[in-house]
Amino acid sequence: MRTLTHTLHSPAGCRNAHASHLQHPQSFHARRLNRAQRPASLQICCQAVATGTPPVKEGTSISNGAAKSKSKKISPEVATTLYRDMVLGREFEEMCAQMYYRGKMFGFVHLYSGQEAVSTGIIKAMRADDYICSTYRDHVHALSKGVPSRGIMAELFGKKTGICRGQGGSMHMFSKEHRMLGGFAFIGEGIPVGLGAAFRVKYQKDAVGDESADQVCASFFGDGTCNNGQFYECLNMASLYKLPCIFVVENNLWAIGMNHPRATGPSEGDTAPAIYKKGPAFGMPGVLVDGMDVLKVRQVAEEAVERARKGLGPTLIEAETYRFRGHSLADPDELRKKEEKAAWGARDPIPQFRKYALDEGLLTEQQIKDIDKDVQAEVEDAVQYADESPKPEKGQLLENVFADPKGFGIAANGSYRYQSPGFHSGNTAAID
Amino acid sequence: MQALLRLSRQGGSLRQIQSSGLSVAFARAYASHELTVRDALNSALDEELARDDSVFVLGEEVGEYQGAYKITRGLLQKYGAERIRDTPITEAGFTGIATGAAMAGLRPVCEFMTFNFAMQAIDQIINSAAKTLYMSAGTIPVPIVFRGPNGAAAGVAAQHSQCYGAWYSHVPGLKVIAPYDAEDARGLLKASIRDPDPVVFLENEILYGQAFPVDDKVLDKDFVLPIGKCKIQKEGTDITLVGFGRCVGHNLKAAAELEKAGISAEVINVRSLKPLDRDTIVNSVKKTHRVLALEEGWPQCGFCAEIIAVVNEECFDDLDAPPERVTGAEVPMPYAANLEAAALPTPADVVKVAKRMLGK
Ligand SMILES: Cc1ncc(C[n+]2csc(CCOP(=O)(O)OP(=O)(O)O)c2C)c(N)n1
Ligand SMILES: [Mg+2]
Repeated sequence: MRTLTHTLHSPAGCRNAHASHLQHPQSFHARRLNRAQRPASLQICCQAVATGTPPVKEGTSISNGAAKSKSKKISPEVATTLYRDMVLGREFEEMCAQMYYRGKMFGFVHLYSGQEAVSTGIIKAMRADDYICSTYRDHVHALSKGVPSRGIMAELFGKKTGICRGQGGSMHMFSKEHRMLGGFAFIGEGIPVGLGAAFRVKYQKDAVGDESADQVCASFFGDGTCNNGQFYECLNMASLYKLPCIFVVENNLWAIGMNHPRATGPSEGDTAPAIYKKGPAFGMPGVLVDGMDVLKVRQVAEEAVERARKGLGPTLIEAETYRFRGHSLADPDELRKKEEKAAWGARDPIPQFRKYALDEGLLTEQQIKDIDKDVQAEVEDAVQYADESPKPEKGQLLENVFADPKGFGIAANGSYRYQSPGFHSGNTAAID
Repeated sequence: MQALLRLSRQGGSLRQIQSSGLSVAFARAYASHELTVRDALNSALDEELARDDSVFVLGEEVGEYQGAYKITRGLLQKYGAERIRDTPITEAGFTGIATGAAMAGLRPVCEFMTFNFAMQAIDQIINSAAKTLYMSAGTIPVPIVFRGPNGAAAGVAAQHSQCYGAWYSHVPGLKVIAPYDAEDARGLLKASIRDPDPVVFLENEILYGQAFPVDDKVLDKDFVLPIGKCKIQKEGTDITLVGFGRCVGHNLKAAAELEKAGISAEVINVRSLKPLDRDTIVNSVKKTHRVLALEEGWPQCGFCAEIIAVVNEECFDDLDAPPERVTGAEVPMPYAANLEAAALPTPADVVKVAKRMLGK
C-alpha cells in the first residue's frame, strides 16, 4: 500500500496507526461491526411508518475496511476527481499541522484527516451553485467545494490574501463565490444557517416564481453536535417546510474527549446510539453509511441531492468515520485507545479508494503518481503564496463591521465617525 | 472642563502622605507560596466539594477529560461521576438542569468550556437563574455558580474571543465576579459557591497558568473573600487605574511604566463587577483626582462606562481631568495576529492616555 499522501508531511497519528493495526484490530472493530452487520434494511431507516414516503434507498451497508465496495460504477474522470480531492484534503491538513507547529498559524486548528471520504463523497456529488455549511473543522469542506487552496492557506496564515482577508481564520471559512456559508465555531450553529440557504432556494421557486431554483444545501456537523437542540429544531423545520437540505453527520465517535455512547442515548430497543434513526422520527429518511468509503458516501449523497432537488425534502445522513488526529492541534488526545486508532487507521479512505481505482482499472499507477505529485505541488505552492503574502494593513481593522459604516455613528464634529482620518485603524488611533 | 482643571492640586500632597503603600509591602513580605490561578480554582472546587455534598460540578469535559482547561483535574477521581458530571454538548440543556437542581436544593457549579458558549444558555442564566427568587416572592433561591474562561484568548478569532462582563453586570439578581490573581480565584470561587444567589464567575484563559504569590491565610480551607469588594492592588496618588481580570495586570504594568515618568498610579482590581464597590473607587479618585478605566470588551454600555458614571455621580468635583476609558475596538475579534493585537488595549495605551491626562 502506497503511503505517499502521508510521506511529505509527517502524519504521525495515522501512519503509526497503519503499522500497529494488524496486532490489535479486534475489540473496537467488533463493537462497530455489530451495528454494521445488521441487515441493510434496518440501517436505512425509512419513514414509511411515519409518512408513507419510501426510504431514500436500500443497500448502503457498512463494510469492513477490507471488503470491496459494491457501489455503482464510476467513470475514470470521476475517479480522478474523487481521488484528487481526498488526497488534497489530506495533504493540505498535514501541511497545516506542520505550519501550526512552526508558528505560522495560531489559535484552534481542527484537522480533518481521516474523514475525507465524507467531504469528497458528498460535495463532489453536488453542483457548484449548491450551498454548503460547515463547522470549525472546515478547511477540507472548503477545498472540496472548490475554494482555492492558496486562499485557504493564506487565511490560516492570517494574511490579507486569505479568503476572508485574515479576519476569519481557521474556524471561519466563508466563500460567497463558492457558496460556502461558513465556518461556524459554535456547536449546532451551522445547521439552521444551512437550512436558511435551503429556505432561500425554495422561496425563490415558490414565492418569486423562479422555476430554475433547484439548488440544495448540505450542512456538515459532528456526532457530539447531534445532542444540541438546534439539530432537532432543524430536523423538524426542514421536514415541515420540505426544504432542499441534507444533514450530514460526520460521526467520528468522539466529541473532543467525549465518546459518542457516553453522550447520546440509544433509541428504544437499541443498545447503542443511532443518529440516523432520528430522521424518520422527524419525517425524513435517515441513512447510515460507511464514511470511510467514498463511493458509498457518494451514492447516498446522489440520492439525497436528487430527492432535495426534486422538492421531496430533506435527508439525514450519518457517515461513520474517524479523525486520525486529536480534536485540534492543541488536544493531547489521551482518551482514544491505540487499538481504536489502529483499527480505523486501517480503514483509511484514501488507500482504500486508490486500491479500488487500480483494481477496477479506473486509474493507473502512473496517473496516481501524477495526481499525488500535482497535489503536493499545489499545497507547497499554497504555503509559499501564504508565506509571501502581506499581512492585513492596520487600516483594515474596522472595515466590514457594518455594510453601511454609518453604523458607527456620528463624531463630535457632526460628521460620521467612519469619515474621520484613521478611523478604520481602530481605537489606538483615537489614543494617539 | 475648565471647572475641573480649576480644582487645585494643593490637596494632593497632603493626600499623598496618607497613602504610603504599606499594605502592599506587608502582603509581599509574608508571601510564602506561589499558586497558579488554575490550581487556585481547582483547590477551591475541591474544598467546597468536600465541605458540602450538595455541591456538584457539571459541564462539557469536566470529568474524564479533566476539564478542557484542566480546572477540574483530579476531581472525577476523587468525587466520582455523579458529582463531576460530564454532559453532552447542550448548553441550554445542562444550564437548565443546573438551574433547576439549584432551585430544588443543590448547589451546582456549572462550567462553560468558555463563556462564549454560554450564549446558547443565556436564557437559562438570565430568565431562570437570575429572576426566579424575585418571581417566587423570595421563596425559591438559586444558589448556583456559572464559571469558565471569559474574554479574549489568543488567535481564536471572532466567536471565541469576547468579554461578557458588561452583559451579565446588566442583569438584576446576578452577582458577577472576575478574579485577577490566585488569591482572588480561591477566595471568590469559594465565596461564590457558598453564596445564596446565582453568581457568574468570569475567569481568563490567559491567566490560568500564571503563578502568583499567596500567603498562608489564602491557603486556609475556610479562606473566603467578600463578594462586592474591590481590592487596591497597588497604591498611588496621581491617577486611579480601574480594571478587572487580565486588565488589572495591564494596569500594574502601566503603573510600573508611569512610575518611571514620575507618575504614581493607584491600581484598583474590581474583582466583583456586581455588586460594584463604589466606595473604594470613589475614595481613590478623591485622592488622585483622575480616573482611567480599562477593559478588553467593547466600549458602548461597557464596564468603563459604568465606572465613569459612578465617578461622575459621586465625585465629579474632585476630578482634575475628564475621566477616560481605554477599551477593545468596536469589531468582532479578527484572526490575523496583527489585527488582533490592534483590537485589544495594551499597557502602552494606558500609559499614553494616563500621561496625557496628567499633561505629561
Ligand atoms: C456551543 C458550543 N459548546 C461547546 C463548544 C466546544 N466544542 C468545540 S468542538 C466540540 C466537540 C464537537 O464534537 P462533534 O460534534 O462530534 O464534532 P467533531 O469535533 O468530532 O468533528 C466542542 C464541545 C462549541 N464549539 N460550541
Ligand atoms: Mg465527533
